[in-house]
Order: sequence, then C-alpha cells, then structure tokens
Amino acid sequence: MIVHPRYTQVIAISLLVLLTVFTLAILVFIIVFVFGKGLPYITLDFLFSNPQDMGRSGGIFPTLIGTIILPLIAILIATPLGVGTAIYLTEYTRENRVTRIIRFGADCLAGIPSIIFGLFGFIFFVTTLEMGWSILSGSLTLAFMILPTIIRTSEEAIKSVPYSYREVSFSLGATLWQTVRKVVLPNALPGIVTGIMLSIGRSIGETAAVIFTAGSSLRLPSSLLDSIRTMSVHFYILAREGISSQNAYGTAAVLIISILLINLSSYWLMNRFIAKRTK
Amino acid sequence: MKILEEKGIYRLLMVIALSAIAMLFLIVLFILKEGLPFIFKVGINDFLLSSNWHPLTNNYGIFPMIVGSLWVTLGAMVVGLPLGLAGAIFLSEFVPRWAMRIIKPTIELLAGIPSVVYGFIGVMVLAPLIRDYLGGPGLSILAASIILGIMILPTIMSISIDSIKAVPNSYREGAFALGATHWQTIHMVVLPAARSGIIAGIILGLGRAIGETMAVIMVVGNAVKLPNSPLDSVRTLTANIALEMGYATGMHRQALFATGVVLLVIIMILNYSATMAIRKMGKNK
Repeated sequence: MIVHPRYTQVIAISLLVLLTVFTLAILVFIIVFVFGKGLPYITLDFLFSNPQDMGRSGGIFPTLIGTIILPLIAILIATPLGVGTAIYLTEYTRENRVTRIIRFGADCLAGIPSIIFGLFGFIFFVTTLEMGWSILSGSLTLAFMILPTIIRTSEEAIKSVPYSYREVSFSLGATLWQTVRKVVLPNALPGIVTGIMLSIGRSIGETAAVIFTAGSSLRLPSSLLDSIRTMSVHFYILAREGISSQNAYGTAAVLIISILLINLSSYWLMNRFIAKRTK
Repeated sequence: MKILEEKGIYRLLMVIALSAIAMLFLIVLFILKEGLPFIFKVGINDFLLSSNWHPLTNNYGIFPMIVGSLWVTLGAMVVGLPLGLAGAIFLSEFVPRWAMRIIKPTIELLAGIPSVVYGFIGVMVLAPLIRDYLGGPGLSILAASIILGIMILPTIMSISIDSIKAVPNSYREGAFALGATHWQTIHMVVLPAARSGIIAGIILGLGRAIGETMAVIMVVGNAVKLPNSPLDSVRTLTANIALEMGYATGMHRQALFATGVVLLVIIMILNYSATMAIRKMGKNK
C-alpha cells in the first residue's frame, strides 16, 4: 500500500511534534520537581550553618565552601594551560603533525569518563604524590578534566578575532607577543570567559572524580591538604545512604540554582560577545 | 631584548601546548600500570569472560559487568535516540529562529544538570513507578536506560541540530522544486546529508552513557549477575569501580583498575569512531 505523501507528511510531523513536546516536558519536569521539593528547605540558616549528625539535620556550609574552592583552584590551574595551548595552536604555528597530536590529545581527554579521572587522581595525586584526600588532589584532578573544554572554547574565541586587527598591530611595529597580548586576547576575552564559566559549571556538578580525590570530610578545611566535601558529593551521600531526603532535596536545589546561574551568565556573556562581533 | 622575550614566550607556549597530551599520557600510563599486570596475572579470558566476582576469595570475573554496561547503554540508546533525533529534526526544520534562540540554550543548560540529580530522580520517581506497574525490584536496567537516555538527550540533540543546520539551503530548495513535501525533503535529502554529524552525536552520546557512573549506581541496583529481563538489576563497569574503590586494597584494587582499563579501551574506540565520522562530515562539504 502506498500512502500519499501528503499523509506521510502529516503523520511524520505530528509524530515529531509529539516526541519533541514529550522530550521538553521531561526536561522541564526534572527542574520543576527538584525545585518544588527543594526550594522550601533553602533558608539562610540551611546555607550558612554546619551539618549536624552526618547531614541528617543542620545546614550545608562546609560543602558550600568546598563547592567554591575546588572549582576555583582547578580553574586557576587549567586556565593558563588551556589559553596558552589555544594561543600556541592558533597564533604561533601552522596546522601540522604537532598540532594534530595536541588536538587529538585534547579530544581524547574530553572523552574520558569522570570515573577514570577519579581512579587516576586517586593513584597519582592521592597515593603516588602522597597528597592524600585533599583540596589539592581534588582540584588538580578537576583541572585535568576541564582542560579540553578551556582549550576548545579559547581556540574558537581567538579564531573569531578578525585577522585585520592583527595586521594593523603588526603594521604599527608590534611583535607577535605584543599583538597577542594587547590585541588578540582582549578581543577574545568574553569567549574565553564563557569557556571558563562552563568549566566551573561542570566541576560543580562533578561527583565521581571528586569523591575519590578530595574525600568527603564535613569539617571546614584549614589548609589545601585537608579533605573537603562538595555539594554534589554531599547530595550523593545523603541520597544514596538515605540519610535525609529533605536535606538532599534542599542541596539538589542549591546545586541546580548555582549551575543555572553560572551557565546563564556565560550565555549572556557569549551573546554579548556575538552581538559585538556582528556589529 | 625584545627578541629574547619573543623567543622565550614561544618556547613557553610550546611547552604549555604539550600539557594536554602530557596529561593524557599520564592518565593512560597510570591506569595501565595499575591494571595491566593484574589482567596478565589473572589471564585475559578469566578476567573478561568469567562470571565469578568474589574479591574475598580472589575471584575476579567482570563478564556480568560488561554485559550490564552493554544492556544499559543499549537501553539508553533505545530511549534517547528516537527522542533526541525527533527533537533535533523538529527544532531545526520547523521552529523559527527566534524560538530556537531560547530553546537551544535551554537544552544546553540541561546538559549541565549534575548526574547525581538525574540519579536521584530515578530513585525517587521512576523506580517506584516501575516496581508498582511492571514488577521487579524497580532499580533495574529499565530504570537506568530511561535515566541515561534522558541524560544523553542534550548531547545527541545539540550535535544533530548543528549538523542539520549545516546542510545548505540549496539542497532543500532543490527538493522542494521537484515537488517533494517537507517531510520527504527531510528524510530523503536533509538527513542523508547530515548523516555523519548525526552519527558523531550518537557515538558521543554512547560514550557518555557507557562512562556515566553516579546516576547509574543510584538506579541500576548493582547486583552482580547476568540479567534475564530488563526488569532485573545489573552492575555496570563504572559502578563496579566506584562502589568498591572506597575500601578495596591490594589485588582487589588492582582488579578495579583493570576494570578501568577495559572501560578506557571501549571509550577510546568510540571516540576514535566519532572523530572519523566528524572528519568525514568535513570532507563531504
């Protein structure tokens, strides 16, 4: 039997609409569900007091600190490496075997699952370098994880700076490094910052790589060699060990809000960047 | 003076640029160093094909976990592929540009939701539903497949949208001029042209599904056995590592690193095929 194309068109499109609406509905449901269950528990007291009884009651203050400090140090380590790599790839060399190998390395690194980073961080930083479960081990592991994202986004940002800018700078007698530092980087900055924000978002949500490297201590750290627990790890432990679903929902809501805030601001930045470029 | 500075900077950047490859090398080296000797000691066949996983009695067979990972990944594809592709086609072909400007970032925002949150929703919402209506323990291959299928949606969708958008408009105009309906144009002209990009998206989604750990641990039940139905509980390779890493020592810990080696090999093969697919897309244009 041959169905008239006009009908296959109608059938296909209704199916597409149905599936799309279903997909978007699932995704919206997830956000609404977590916020509906979690938002009522978020109070200043919840955010800024210490957890009592393994997190059964009390707040999440130490995990908040962990969630800020771990990604921050990771970014401080990964940004110079990532941006430096991007500058080298775009400004200092032509496409050749070396750049292909570097790109291949970054791509492979991007595809490695976080549990492998966790295993590596554990055997390398925690055990071999004897840093123990600590902020330092955790953030170094995260830095390894986010490096490919920073390389990729910085490269795109640097490539989008028009070549004429560089020509003007060269014609004024500037050297390559002066041009990069004073012309290329300032113009590529919003794009680079976007990449950094996305990486922060990813490190905040990471659990598998962090739990085996930074540990899960609920005490406030006094040095970089102390163990710390991030919100994601705290949430995982609360939820998996059934300690307190109330506090788990609260933590999940805080977690999602912080990631949404970071991602939204990076999109805002990127749009401004694109708007400026196309002007 | 200036020339010296320029040269210094050049050298420095070159060294920095090697950091990514150095990191990859370190990771592979240390995982292999811990895992490979174990695999050779136990024997590849005994390690990969035995179903006997009892670390206390020194029995390390990860066959059930390999099967578990395959089931869960396959299930995630069955759930995620139709939804992701349909969404991508609809959003890129039928939705106006201004609406896409809102929808696309939303999809990418959802990619940022931590995997533990997905896992938690699986435990609180999905598992009880499955237990009540379909039977079994609830924490099962089915639950994990649905949760993972949802988790890989953003990956599949955003890459597919990009590659569908990259198909030149003249292709569509040509099809319309021949009297094709919009749907005929899509499935006979646009999709074949966007094929390699879509395949790359699917492979990257596969990689994400197979490598996902925390969400899977929470919803899959983690029983070490060969499953008989999608309602059974299994344990994946990633879950095996994460569950026992906390207390494993000696041989047992090496066995977990060896599990990591198997995972790494699978992921490398997948990434290599995705890169090939993307490269092919570049050539076709």
